Amino acid sequence: MSAGTPLLSVRDLTARIATHHEIVEAVRGVSFDVAPGEAVGFVGESGCGKSVTARAIMRLAAEGTDVRLDGKILFKGRDLLTLSDREMGKMRGRQIAMVFQDPMTSLNPVMTVGAQIDDVLRRHTDLYGRAVRARSIELLDAVGVPDPARRADDHPHQFSGGQRQRILIAIAIACDPDLLIADEPTTALDVTVQAQILRLLMRLREERGMSLLLITHDFGVVAGMVEKVNVMYRGEIVETGDVDTLLSKPQHEYTKSLLAAVPRIRVAGAIS
Amino acid sequence: MSETVMPAAQPEGPVLEVSDLTVTFPGLHGGATVTAVDRASFVIGRGETLGLVGQSGSGKTTTGRAVLQLQKVTSGSVRLLGRELVGMGRKPLREMRRHMQFVQQNPYSSLHPRLTIGRILSEPLEVHRTVSRARIRERIVELLELVNMDPKVVDRYPHEFSGGQRQRIVIARALAVNPDFVVCDEAVSALDVRTQAQIVTLLQGLQERLGLSYLFVAHDLAIVREMAHRVAVMYSGQIVELGPSAAVYDSPGHAYTRLLLDSIPVPDPAIQRLRLRNPLPDVRFVDSNPGPCAHAEDHATTGTAPMHMIGPDHCVSCRFQPQPR
Repeated sequence: MSAGTPLLSVRDLTARIATHHEIVEAVRGVSFDVAPGEAVGFVGESGCGKSVTARAIMRLAAEGTDVRLDGKILFKGRDLLTLSDREMGKMRGRQIAMVFQDPMTSLNPVMTVGAQIDDVLRRHTDLYGRAVRARSIELLDAVGVPDPARRADDHPHQFSGGQRQRILIAIAIACDPDLLIADEPTTALDVTVQAQILRLLMRLREERGMSLLLITHDFGVVAGMVEKVNVMYRGEIVETGDVDTLLSKPQHEYTKSLLAAVPRIRVAGAIS
Repeated sequence: MSETVMPAAQPEGPVLEVSDLTVTFPGLHGGATVTAVDRASFVIGRGETLGLVGQSGSGKTTTGRAVLQLQKVTSGSVRLLGRELVGMGRKPLREMRRHMQFVQQNPYSSLHPRLTIGRILSEPLEVHRTVSRARIRERIVELLELVNMDPKVVDRYPHEFSGGQRQRIVIARALAVNPDFVVCDEAVSALDVRTQAQIVTLLQGLQERLGLSYLFVAHDLAIVREMAHRVAVMYSGQIVELGPSAAVYDSPGHAYTRLLLDSIPVPDPAIQRLRLRNPLPDVRFVDSNPGPCAHAEDHATTGTAPMHMIGPDHCVSCRFQPQPR
């Protein structure tokens, strides 16, 4: 797989964000590859540019900001930055999908969750009629929502935070994307729920052969989930490497300081 | 700090003594009453930190607020420096507030955006009159130095500071009146990991210098391990385990504590991969039925608390045993 062309190849990506009175270079000269089926992590503190990088691939800007992107984002060999908005719209959801941090605000509160998945399927697939809802229920089942046929008719507020994140993941995988971008997918969740969601992402990735781009501030979250890690600091990748080497032998001073700041917790000997 | 009034001397007893603290909320739309905190009991000694952990909705924040009398207590007792706070009149309670302070999670919303740092820090001094007017300026400089900030910042506004610096200012404000006891509710949760480490070090240093007692409420078990001498684990409003941090973390007695500890992602790929391969135990923690508990004691008849000693100063609840779904 490694010998083949990467699924995603980002070259010299720069993101300038215009605020009220200045232009901030949030991402500077970032380059990385994601192979088919590979999982890559981005770790850094708030404001380091990791989320801006993730959104750049989807050509999305955070609400209320104006972002200018330069460089190349090659997805299956096509530069996403040269696509028309219409072409990019087809790409989003169908081939590249994203899960955000906040499961409370990412869902439409006045639509049933079933209708929200139906909507994605109608827009991006050939399914129609009853097949749409049947597929939505299948998806809810795949992400571990119990009693999916009945729960499809419930509204977001009737679900817990963890369940809502499962629903967002169901929406993201609805069209079998080749690349799933997860931006702090478990940060808002309790630690036991986080453990469940990470297992779910892991399982889906393996079952579907998806590539995964996992953005997080937590080295513990990337540790078991990805093969490669990029550490970002002030808009640049300061260290990159395979996860085992990077976590055991960090080279860059910044990576070392980040890892040193992680409070160590003794790992319970008996993990059955 | 020499000038400030010392607390009503109570050198022997614990700083805080909470017993059978219960807080209930009326149900929504006339529904059943919700018991947010259910007969919580703990003590905190001088210079000691008690960590309070649990998932969201477990009642840990309500416990902190009820201790500070910011939340109406339904029943039980909260004694600070030997004085009962529950049912205390407004005026004496206001005086007691000087001894107990609150540091909350969000350093962005807990500082008034239109007040300078100097004004923010002088307010508690004026309200509680712990120093003379003439000394206020001097005390503010002292406070800023205490939290390792340049005293020159007094004329600046909160928005000019980073999250970590703001949290230092919030801590300085809490310390302005020389409290004995501080509730830190998710005090470092909103901060980046390196900033978190700095604030933890600051809080520990202050504790050592000033003999402060903390109730450190947080969902992050690793941070609590760093901060707390003893730790209480809350589930569904009840304390299910309480003991010295080393004992609770290294040999947890309650199944829920074990699940919490096993869920924390550790920055070790080999261990994490192994964990993610293993399915999580599919259990629920159900409040046990009446009748004899796992320790063959019928608490309903004996009237004793459902807590059992499993080590020195380490006790575990017999409630909320895991049951397969």
